[in-house]
Amino acid sequence: MGFEINGKTYETDEEGYLVNLSEWDEEAAKYLAAEEKVDLTESHWEVINFLREYYNDYQIAPAVRVLTKAIGKKLGPEKGNSKYLYELFPYGPAKQACKIAGLPKPTGCI
Amino acid sequence: MTESTGGIDMDEDSSGTVKKFAFVNRKAPYGTIYALESLEVVLISAAFDQDVSLVFADDGVYELKKGQATKAVGMKNFSPTYRALEGYDIEKLFVEKESMEARGLTVDDLVVPVEVLTSEEMATLLDEQDVVLSF
Repeated sequence: MGFEINGKTYETDEEGYLVNLSEWDEEAAKYLAAEEKVDLTESHWEVINFLREYYNDYQIAPAVRVLTKAIGKKLGPEKGNSKYLYELFPYGPAKQACKIAGLPKPTGCI
Repeated sequence: MTESTGGIDMDEDSSGTVKKFAFVNRKAPYGTIYALESLEVVLISAAFDQDVSLVFADDGVYELKKGQATKAVGMKNFSPTYRALEGYDIEKLFVEKESMEARGLTVDDLVVPVEVLTSEEMATLLDEQDVVLSF
């Protein structure tokens, strides 16, 4: 499975996550967000970029609880809570935001 | 474990008994799946707010070794993930002194801060646990 943008193909798994993380770019993020019916704003990008940095540092997608805490530390307490993150990503910040950020499904996310 | 009906007893459930869990890692990081599987179980277990300790002994101390170059063996280098454990509130990491010395390792060779215990102290630690899972 996969999709194509401007002649570049992206391979995805059966749940729509990118198979090759290195293929991710902003165009892919926009496509994946549209699939999830998420309109990307500045606030969404903040979380997406945070997740990519986190993955780069630790080689895993964080659990929701860990993501919330880490976002609060980095972007301020008004953003480090599940209400804020669920407003941005209604179907689960870890699951949905990770998919758009081109990360694998978080460990322990069933 | 109390039974919950429709989530009413949520508070009571989540404040249930905290048990002492030790995950004992004794294998080299690559070549078998044990090290990675152990790490995944540890990350999942973090969701249950238990008292978790990680023990590294024998070749398991290599799991924490800095500078793992895995490209040639075609495996992902998952050693950076040990540094994420702190964010999961897993902060009790122990290495066995004898295993470190036999391999010429010091704590400066490791990717995360650890406490060094002699095999005797390790035995005491494991004796205090409710659950010991060996990988």
